[in-house]
Amino acid sequence: MRALTALLALAGVLAPVTAMGQSLVLWHAYRDDERAALEQVVDAYRRAHPGATVEMLAVPFDAYASKLESAIPHGHGPDVFIDAHERVASFQSRRLIAPIATGDLGPFTAQYDGASLRAFTLDGALYALPMSIKCAALYVNPALTHGVVPATLEAIEALRGELPSDAYPLVYEAQNAYFHAPFAHAYGSGLLDDRGRYAFVGDGAERSVMHVRRLLRARVIPEEASGSLVSQLFLSGHAATAISGPWLAAELGDRVRYVVAPLPVITAAGGRPMEPYATVEGAMLSAYAHDTAAARELASFLTSTESARTRARVGHQVVSTEAAWSDPALASDPLLSTFRAAARTARPMPTHPRMRATWEPARQSLVKSLRGDRPVRDALAEGARRFADVTRPLPPRRDGTLALLALGVVALGLAFAGVREAREPDFRRDLKRSMPAYAWVTHAAIILALLVVAPLVIGAATSLYATQEGRAYYVGLANYVDILTARGGPLFATGSFYRVLAVTVLWTAVNLALHVGIGLALALVLSRPLLKMRALYRVLLILPWAVPSYVTALAWRGMFHRQFGAVNALITWAGGEAVSWFARFSTAFAANVATNAWLGFPFMMVVSIGALAGIPKDLYEAASVDGATAWQQFTKITVPMLRPSLGPSIAMGAVWTFNQFNVVFLVSGGEPDGETDILVSEAYRWAFTRQAQYGYAAAYAVLIFAILALATRRRNPEAA
Amino acid sequence: MNPRSRWYLEALSHAVLLLAVAFALYPVLWVVSLALSPSGTPSPHALPLPDAVSLDNARAVVGSTDQAGHWLFARQLLNSVVVSVATAVTSVVIATPAAFALARFRFVGERAGMRVLLATQMFPGVATAVPLYVILDTLRLLDTRAGLVLVYSTTALPFAVFQLRGAFEAIPRDLEEAAMVDGATRWQAFVKVVLPAARPAIAVTCLFAFMSAWNEFILAATFLSHEEAFTLPVALQRFVGEYNAAWGKFAAGAVIVSVPVMAIFYAVQRHLVGGLTAGSVKG
Repeated sequence: MRALTALLALAGVLAPVTAMGQSLVLWHAYRDDERAALEQVVDAYRRAHPGATVEMLAVPFDAYASKLESAIPHGHGPDVFIDAHERVASFQSRRLIAPIATGDLGPFTAQYDGASLRAFTLDGALYALPMSIKCAALYVNPALTHGVVPATLEAIEALRGELPSDAYPLVYEAQNAYFHAPFAHAYGSGLLDDRGRYAFVGDGAERSVMHVRRLLRARVIPEEASGSLVSQLFLSGHAATAISGPWLAAELGDRVRYVVAPLPVITAAGGRPMEPYATVEGAMLSAYAHDTAAARELASFLTSTESARTRARVGHQVVSTEAAWSDPALASDPLLSTFRAAARTARPMPTHPRMRATWEPARQSLVKSLRGDRPVRDALAEGARRFADVTRPLPPRRDGTLALLALGVVALGLAFAGVREAREPDFRRDLKRSMPAYAWVTHAAIILALLVVAPLVIGAATSLYATQEGRAYYVGLANYVDILTARGGPLFATGSFYRVLAVTVLWTAVNLALHVGIGLALALVLSRPLLKMRALYRVLLILPWAVPSYVTALAWRGMFHRQFGAVNALITWAGGEAVSWFARFSTAFAANVATNAWLGFPFMMVVSIGALAGIPKDLYEAASVDGATAWQQFTKITVPMLRPSLGPSIAMGAVWTFNQFNVVFLVSGGEPDGETDILVSEAYRWAFTRQAQYGYAAAYAVLIFAILALATRRRNPEAA
Repeated sequence: MNPRSRWYLEALSHAVLLLAVAFALYPVLWVVSLALSPSGTPSPHALPLPDAVSLDNARAVVGSTDQAGHWLFARQLLNSVVVSVATAVTSVVIATPAAFALARFRFVGERAGMRVLLATQMFPGVATAVPLYVILDTLRLLDTRAGLVLVYSTTALPFAVFQLRGAFEAIPRDLEEAAMVDGATRWQAFVKVVLPAARPAIAVTCLFAFMSAWNEFILAATFLSHEEAFTLPVALQRFVGEYNAAWGKFAAGAVIVSVPVMAIFYAVQRHLVGGLTAGSVKG
């Protein structure tokens, strides 16, 4: 009861942070200059509408879509949000957005660029007011190209012979399907066809990948370039050209002299142009907006001529409002006009809801074929298979009556058994004797039941449902069948339940061995009676425990970074070759293990110190009188005496390591290709990145629970 | 045995310990040097020493403001402190009587209760994020500190009960029985005799609950969407997202976040050996 009073007292401190008023809420994923421009525009809106309040929220791009999808249906979402056109179809089919206008779209055609408007028109209705259009273009550093803007990819390749060895003719994110798309388009392939079928297979796709592989082998492009490496190389004058979007210009500023041009043509592909994907961003209305008229007014203000000019001038956006371009300062801006011209020849990103599912399979195909682990054709075929797997239809709906009936029978049986037992005089006596104890545990039991056990049970029950993109229906045990049959593929294929389980068991075993080994060894050394500076050593050695684990994980990820990581710096300093840690299973797994060993050994060390202190000293004295060696003392006294006190800690450590999400997710992130994922991170992927299949993820969670319950029950019958 | 004849064992011990200390300190020093480096992009260094020392990163992190000019960092620091302290207090206050009952009384449902507590540690949190989101939404506690405290203190509860139950079992019954012979009620004996004796274990349990709340970011990132409601881990994680790699700022933020928890950790650490073994032995 005291606990409840304390809770109530706490409630005062914990009052809600945000008051949800009737003000307009605007979400966006902009950074830097684009964000500054949007803030200026919203300030202007506030001045023009005194009394109106607009709350802006910048959500990081990585989390943007999932935040929108979870927040809007619960009414916590924005009234207006800015997003790209390729998601409109998915938002519309899930009724998350409201149309801006239906019927006659005539008034809009005069105001906005035609292609932008078409991108947001669905079934004759307009679903967003277009704001800007983005596509990739070629950045050229004229100092490295003799002032020439290369017109063909071959002309860029020819620069290899002239540049110093630490500079590249071209830098771009070759493993990213978005940046590979122009190559695929030039070779007559693509990522998704008009009917929503995966298109990154076949001759054209293969030739485009082979071409890029040649570029890599000839060192025309750098290996495993990330976005930050692209800007770093171009900025430092180590790249003659770069393929990137307008966002690179915002990062470059005035720090390097460059010109921008549309992407070149590929002579080897019959002189066809590299058409990038174009993305149109627009202001959309939430279907749950509090005040639709006000929301529409704000969206329209964001795309007004005046606002568009601000966004173009400050945020360097290629704005879709035609009248904005009558400003001579904008029309003559070389950067803006080049991107505008490039957008005209670009291909609009397909709007099919399946487009989202193409990126990961296509990226994996690229990674594997560029690394040369697999023949290109096989890697592409595997990508197609993966796409088919993620987008395959959900299991059919089942009738839940039978399950409900069975549940009812079981509940009835339990109730009956309970009543019978309650009638037993022994039980009644026991219950009466238990009454004082209940006064101490009831509050905790209720809280646990409501907030821990109930969510667990609901979560477990979800595993009987198929959920995807906000829809859910009963499917019986279909999720379990899918998982346990490895989705119909080979049992040990990458990403199959059994493969991931094997990795998880290996992960747990290796980590526990290291934790106990290092921890016990250090504890033994620290327990030596005559050791000097014992306290100092102990304080320094528990340091890893005190550092927050996500900081540890992210720091180690940085230390294993290929270009600037400390581990590679150590290796090259010792005369070795830099290692691409996350490119192979063995090294990526080793990186995860190193991180987790660092994270976990202090716990075992501290527990071992305590356990060692509990072993009576006279045992050792008696043994040494009998002439036992140090090793005999260790195996015959220390180990048996430690077993009962260390056992439960080791079992607990095994459970934690088995479910150690942070390290796997943040260090290797499952790289390469999900091979280092353990069961928990695999479950997380199904829930949050693969089209929100919560039911499937919940089935994974139940299986994890079952495995752990079985394993610990056998090892430690007393505790279970 | 003669210590002088075993000088090489002593040297070996120090060699092993120094190696382990280097392993333990290296990543920490690497982060600190990154935090103090002036440039935004890190350069490869085998030795964790910055080229030049600058506080730009720390200033950028601490001085962050939102568009209305509010001091965002202070707000987020306050969120983290309030949430973590409240979590530690709430979970320990709820767990203590329950753990005592589990250690001292035999009652119907005791074994089942222990089994459920153990089971909660095995069920991965991924599957509960969605039900918890719905519960917090129903209680209108999304985007609030209270919502986070509710979730964190209940998830920290089972481990706290294990810890404290072990500690109470290690305290001899004679102590409280003597007090009860002198006329104290069970509750008085508990408050006056048992609790003071269990102080190290309670401190360690508080520390663990505090750390679990201070370090958690996945649930926080799911439940919070307004910058002024963020806890520090959520704010920090954003520096090194997929499309943004401000490693210098991340490192500076990491140092700032780690220092308080390390300070508390070291204040309590002398209890760790006793508090932990008492708890986990019976866990």
